[in-house]
Amino acid sequence: MYIYNDFDEEFVRNRVDQFRDQINRRISGALTEDEFKPLRLMNGLYLQLHAYMLRVAVPYGTLNGRQMRQLAYIADRWDKGYGHFTTRQNIQYNWPKLNEVADILEALADVEMHAIQTSGNCIRNVTADHFAGASADEFEDPRPTAELLRQWSTDHPEFTYLPRKFKIAVSGAAHDRAVVRAHDIGLYLRRNDAGEAGYEVVIGGGLGRTPMVGKTVQEFLPKADLLPYLEAVLKVYNLKGRRDNKYKARIKILVQETGLDVLKARIDAQFVICKASFKGVPDSILAPIEAAFAPPVFNNTRSAALDDALSNDPLLQSWVDTNLAAHKNPAYTIVTVSLKAVGQTPGDASSDQMRVLAALAEDFGHDELRVSHEQNIILPHIRRADIPQVYARLREAGLATANIGLLSDIIACPGMDYCALATARSIPVAKEIAVRFNELKLEQDIGPLKIKISGCINACGHHHVAHIGILGLEKKGVESYQITLGGDATQNMVVGKRAGPGFAADEILPAMERLIGAYLDIREDNSETFLDTFRRLGDAPFKAALYPVEEAKNAA
Amino acid sequence: MAREFVPQIITSNHLIEGDSIYLTEAGAWSRIAADAMLLANAEIAATTLATANLQTDLHVGAYLADATHFRETFRAVGPSNYFHGKQAV
Ligand code: SF4
Repeated sequence: MYIYNDFDEEFVRNRVDQFRDQINRRISGALTEDEFKPLRLMNGLYLQLHAYMLRVAVPYGTLNGRQMRQLAYIADRWDKGYGHFTTRQNIQYNWPKLNEVADILEALADVEMHAIQTSGNCIRNVTADHFAGASADEFEDPRPTAELLRQWSTDHPEFTYLPRKFKIAVSGAAHDRAVVRAHDIGLYLRRNDAGEAGYEVVIGGGLGRTPMVGKTVQEFLPKADLLPYLEAVLKVYNLKGRRDNKYKARIKILVQETGLDVLKARIDAQFVICKASFKGVPDSILAPIEAAFAPPVFNNTRSAALDDALSNDPLLQSWVDTNLAAHKNPAYTIVTVSLKAVGQTPGDASSDQMRVLAALAEDFGHDELRVSHEQNIILPHIRRADIPQVYARLREAGLATANIGLLSDIIACPGMDYCALATARSIPVAKEIAVRFNELKLEQDIGPLKIKISGCINACGHHHVAHIGILGLEKKGVESYQITLGGDATQNMVVGKRAGPGFAADEILPAMERLIGAYLDIREDNSETFLDTFRRLGDAPFKAALYPVEEAKNAA
Repeated sequence: MAREFVPQIITSNHLIEGDSIYLTEAGAWSRIAADAMLLANAEIAATTLATANLQTDLHVGAYLADATHFRETFRAVGPSNYFHGKQAV
């Protein structure tokens, strides 16, 4: 875990003091809202439908037990006893009061946390694979890169007023779990034929109004060139990115309008200049970062405890089958704790649940926790032998839902239950779907399925890259839900296709039932997933299920 | 032909709590949507909004709203996933 140095500590404390003063001046009337708004956004404070919202950065999704406890304390002391984990691996509080925000930030600073760069047109919190440092399919931990980028980008004077927000993600594993190709810059750690470490660099990905799959600009960038190369990309973007139209200001539009080859030539030319003046990252910075992410000291003693427990506990068996993933160390496993209990709000955890997670990390998990972009919590290093105990404690806390990667493991943004930008609600739709399919007891049979829901075109719920995406819009004064099909969030990213006209709020669940029913009818066998069936047959049979009346009309 | 004017209200968010508030007949702010003054013509609505916007140390981002729109209904009640916000008061 990266520990703040004196510089980080002082920087964060100073920022809290500054913001406290700015809040006081806003309350006294010395600052108008127009003056105050950019300042509060720089500190992660938004104004939503029912209250302010504070977005707290969880750099690359990594937390320790102490930090998770503090998040629970903040939830109890200044909020309503819970927090919402987001698709950017952050946590949001939905009910802070303006005159208490500085105290919250102070409490965050006590555990080396903050809300800086969680908003505004800057380089946002860098995200990474939530299985980083643990997964069997990983060849290099992405977090040292993410931390280096955090230090480099924090308050970087040149990149504080970019044309638009800028998101970076890093993955170092064979499977992309970080939606890398949907970022302004995506980095895949790679090795070349000589065995040297470097990056495949992807640019211009993004969801939102104009979804685009990021394109590779560098097949292999030597590790030492990372900062000058990213500086070159950002310099070109800062200069050429459109500032005339907010909706065309992301780098993806620059890539689209300029063409990848032309843009790449510009970046390469700029890179020569940046590289010439770059003296390398000093060892005094690199070494502590590398050391901070050294693997924990694993306890390799094996035991039959798990096998014994499994043989007489079918619930444990089903949870083990869905929620555990292969760890680098065969004596260990990765636990994904579902924040998607049926009928609950996706991504929400109560303060009690946060404390249970903190304790499990401390007692069994080498003091590590992760937030996943899929709005779950990961215990990345759990000894297999400890699984029965961990499971028992999760169950007591209502955290043992066995649904990872299944239908009810739904991503849902806050939507119009909280978000001021929303055009429709997301949470009730997610709940309805989860509850209904739980009643039908079909989830296991349906198998791997990613449903993702956004409450507006901004696509925080990643609906474009869902197998079944749902986008909430307003149509003629009511909520309307549009379905997209066949998206894929992995390294082979695909933007899903719109199925057809939207469904009213009371039609969306029956539509989902018809859609999934059709899949069950037409799949080759139960090993063929929804996505595979969609790829084999295209959208026609699914459209027919979604719009039976139109189909009948066409046939007539 | 000009579109028919739908009666509107002036609503904003409280500076400290951030919750929705409504301009009343008496020119004060209420936390209850039913207290909102209905503005029956566009001209009055615009001038009243301009006046409301002068009190910026009380509230944030006042706007004219159609009180019957679902977004306003949600704001007046609170979120649907927890019994929080106005519905809990
Ligand atoms: S997708 Fe829209 S509604 Fe959902 S959180 Fe993002 S901005 Fe808000």
